[in-house]
Amino acid sequence: MKHILKIMALLVAVAGIWISLLETSVVPRSYTWLLPVYLVVSLGCYGLLMVGVGLMLFPTCPQEASLLQKDIIEAKEFLKSRGVDVGAE
Amino acid sequence: MAKLEEIETEEHQKAIIISKRKRTKKKYSIIIPTYNERLNIALVIYLVFKHLQDIDFEVVIVDDGSPDGTQDIIKQLQNVYGDDLILLRARPKKLGLGTAYYHGLKHASGDFIIIMDADLSHHPKYLPNFIRKQMETGASIVTGTRYVRNGGVHGWNLVRKLTSRGANVLAQTLLWPGVSDLTGSFRLYERTAFEDVVSSCVSKGYVFQMEMIVRASRKGYHIEAVPITFVDRVYGSSKLGGSEIVEYLKGLFYLLFTT
Repeated sequence: MKHILKIMALLVAVAGIWISLLETSVVPRSYTWLLPVYLVVSLGCYGLLMVGVGLMLFPTCPQEASLLQKDIIEAKEFLKSRGVDVGAE
Repeated sequence: MAKLEEIETEEHQKAIIISKRKRTKKKYSIIIPTYNERLNIALVIYLVFKHLQDIDFEVVIVDDGSPDGTQDIIKQLQNVYGDDLILLRARPKKLGLGTAYYHGLKHASGDFIIIMDADLSHHPKYLPNFIRKQMETGASIVTGTRYVRNGGVHGWNLVRKLTSRGANVLAQTLLWPGVSDLTGSFRLYERTAFEDVVSSCVSKGYVFQMEMIVRASRKGYHIEAVPITFVDRVYGSSKLGGSEIVEYLKGLFYLLFTT
């Protein structure tokens, strides 16, 4: 099934729940009308939270840069000795 | 006499085919697209050969007519390592990443296809990890991910990290791809999986990488991940510019509606 259809199905299910809540008045009407807004806002906040947390916990590897420099030196030495032109850019 | 020779040749050809099928040692074709990577490609090749000692592999370099002499360097490398292990399959001009992989695939003879960048942001020391992961799990695709604990990135400023993280969260929310690093281009594919997926991908640039992995995920391929570290390029100019964000969003919505 195409992914967009899955999302549509999910939205339809949520809309169904919302409408049934409106009809049966389990929750006071004034709240129910605003539920979709709450949902969108919470999704937005969750997204921002995920971005923020991910940014804080972004894995970095500063030691890799120096390891890479060592590899570059080793590579240049070997290649120069075999006649490959590795002159400075 | 002629008939006997014919029969012997036929038998010989059959024997080759049978032994090829029985061969348990797998061959890996590493496809590297290049454009103006004169220095980097030499360094990458050295490191590939250093880290793949006991592996049957070949490197297919697809150069898009680099004006800086990349192809001359590749020929020098062929003198050192052999032109049976380094295949230069050039194209006349910049024709895009997706078609570069497809072009490389046509000249590759491996059972597995590995794709990686030429700018040293992908370190060849992780190649054995990809291979081992695939052998252990029998996965069809092994993708390198920068966003897990043993992986990581170096050389990105805050804005870059923010863009990356924001893009990732958006993609995860919209696409539910089941893969943590969508735009990564350090991957190992079973040849059949690669052929199957690449023919249905139409995007350009790094959106192509996203399309590959999302389509593969939708088709139900077994995908595993290995942590990789990504050091932002040391030499040369990066091909990532400002309009990339617009392209990314367009690509994301394209994938949302067509996969």
